[in-house]
Parts: sequence; structure tokens; C-alpha cells
Amino acid sequence: MARALLNVPAKAKRGDIIEIKTLMSHPMETGFRTGADGKLVPRDIIKSFVCTYNGEVVFSADLFPAISANPFIAFTTVATESGTMIFSWTDDKGQTQVQTAPISVE
Amino acid sequence: MRARLVFALAWLCAVPGAMAQDTRKSGFDYMSRDSQAMQMDDLANPGMLSVLDGESLWNAPAGSSQKSCASCHGDGTVSMKGVAARYPAFDEASGKPIDLVGRIDQCRRERQQAPGLAREGHDSLALTTYIGLQSRGMPVSPPDDARLTPFRADGKALYTRRMGQLNFSCAQCHDEHAGGHVGASPIPQAHPTGYPIYRLEWQSMGSLQRRLRNCMAGTRAEPFAYAAPEFIDLELFLAARAAGMKVETPGVRP
Repeated sequence: MARALLNVPAKAKRGDIIEIKTLMSHPMETGFRTGADGKLVPRDIIKSFVCTYNGEVVFSADLFPAISANPFIAFTTVATESGTMIFSWTDDKGQTQVQTAPISVE
Repeated sequence: MRARLVFALAWLCAVPGAMAQDTRKSGFDYMSRDSQAMQMDDLANPGMLSVLDGESLWNAPAGSSQKSCASCHGDGTVSMKGVAARYPAFDEASGKPIDLVGRIDQCRRERQQAPGLAREGHDSLALTTYIGLQSRGMPVSPPDDARLTPFRADGKALYTRRMGQLNFSCAQCHDEHAGGHVGASPIPQAHPTGYPIYRLEWQSMGSLQRRLRNCMAGTRAEPFAYAAPEFIDLELFLAARAAGMKVETPGVRP
């Protein structure tokens, strides 16, 4: 089961720049390493990360094999209105992990 | 006023004295600021992912007894406070010392009647990290048990014994050359305060024994097997050496 740690401020003032930090557990297997049997371990990395804020994409990233296991992604956005932030990570196996965080803007 | 001045003087004299007494430094102090910040921020420390897994394992029923850790021990954040700081401890059943990983495995097999947890496996590390976290900030307090003395002495002998093709003992690097460098890496004083650690080089969690095997391979010695009595003895000695230092689990190391 994949785990994620999210740091989204619970409250913010309208117009404030807020920092959002995410940490996702994932092996990020590069596809270049060999296992104990000498065969290549198939690639399994998170390919894309998307964050939407009340339905609008505020940050997205494409990830590549040189990124470490358990990728940590931090970014900033402007607090516009109260609502939900939805984070999703999609990996090579096609699995998508979705996490949500509420935010209240005054 | 005068009393206050005397007090201030006494305080000034006492503080440098107190600092001079303990020159021990955790591996944390040798890290870059970035790595230190990563360890200190629970939302950036990858070890906390393992804690989350450990917490759900703590509450998950397992084995033919269908008991979870919580069925007997209740809330882990209360009952496990300070437990990791006391290990390794003496195991009455076997008459030998046992480390925390071994104790969890024993509980699992004998009381939960579930298959044991593979050493260095994901679940074993997760439970150990979760239990370790409950002692964070508390002093390492090895049990004052005379039955452990011979094992601790054996650990000390191992610590100072030369081994491997390079013919190094632990003490040669970690006592005589602590603070120096091997290649570009600083040599810490080898106080096991943050285990299990998230090591950036491993990109995963690892136990103290994994770290010790790593060091042994570095001196080109044949590493002891996981759970070997030699490792438990070494852990006992290292815990006594780090007595009073603060537990940092889950530590981050480069």
C-alpha cells in the first residue's frame, strides 16, 4: 500500500502564497538495475504528479528514472478560495494514488 | 543582587564544565544542514512513511490467534514509550540477550502465532520504526542487568578486534579517527541513536545490523549473518556507549 505525507496549510489568507510539500512512498525502480538473478529489474517509476485546486491544475510534473525513491515534491501556489486540493501520482504499472487535503481561505 | 551575581557566576562556571564532560556527538551532527532539516521535519522525513506502515501493522490482527499488537499492548504511543531505548535486553526464555527486532519477531511467532517477520523486511522495519519513534527524545537507557555484562564485554571485544583484509577494528575509525573523513564521508562516532534509519544511499529503511554489515564489508570482512549473537553483543556495547544520548528514530543519514 502506498503512503503519502502531505503538508498543506489548513488555513490561509486570501492571496497568500502557500507552500505545499508532498512525500510519496514509491520504490522508483529505474529499469537499469539488475536483480540477484542477473536480469534487469523492470522499470517502475511514478511517471506523473498532478495537483488540482478546486478542479484547476495548479502544479504538475513529469518524473524520470533519475529521481530517488520516495519522491519529495514541494511547490507554491496562491490561496484563492476554500476548497479541496487533490494530489495524484501515476506510476508505470498504471496505478494512481489519490490523496486529498482541505484548505480554508479567509 | 549579590545572590543573583553569585548565582550567575556559578552558572557560568558550571556550563562549560558540563559541556566538557560529554564530547559524544550523534551522527546527526555530522550531516549537512539539508539532511538535518529532512530528519527534523516529520513531513519530509521518509522514515515517517515507515512509521505509518508500522502503525497499521500494529493494529492489524495476524496469525492463528487473530490478535494484533494492540490487542495486548493497547495504544502503542503509550505502551511503547521508552521501550526501544532499553533494547537490547535480557530474554528470560532463551537466557540470552535479544534486540528489539528479535523481540518483535518472537512476539509475532509465539504470541500471535503468525509466521515470523523476515529480518530487514519491510514489515519488520516498519514495526521497529513505529516502536522506535515512541522513544524519540528519550535518553538511551540500557538495562542495568548483571546477566548482560558478559555479552556486553564480548561486544566491546568485537568493537576493538581487527577484522577483514584491511585489518581494521571499529574503534580505529570510530574512536581514534572520529570527525575525520574516509574518502569524502565524515567518520561519525558510531552512536546508534537513530535506528532504524532512512539512508539516502540505500533509498530505504535499514536496521543497525544492516549498517554494521555495511561497515564490515567496507573493511573487507565477511559480515556476520543477520541476528548473529555477535551483532546482538555489539548492539549491547554500542547502546551502553551511547547511554544517555537522545533517541532520534527515525533518523536520516546520507
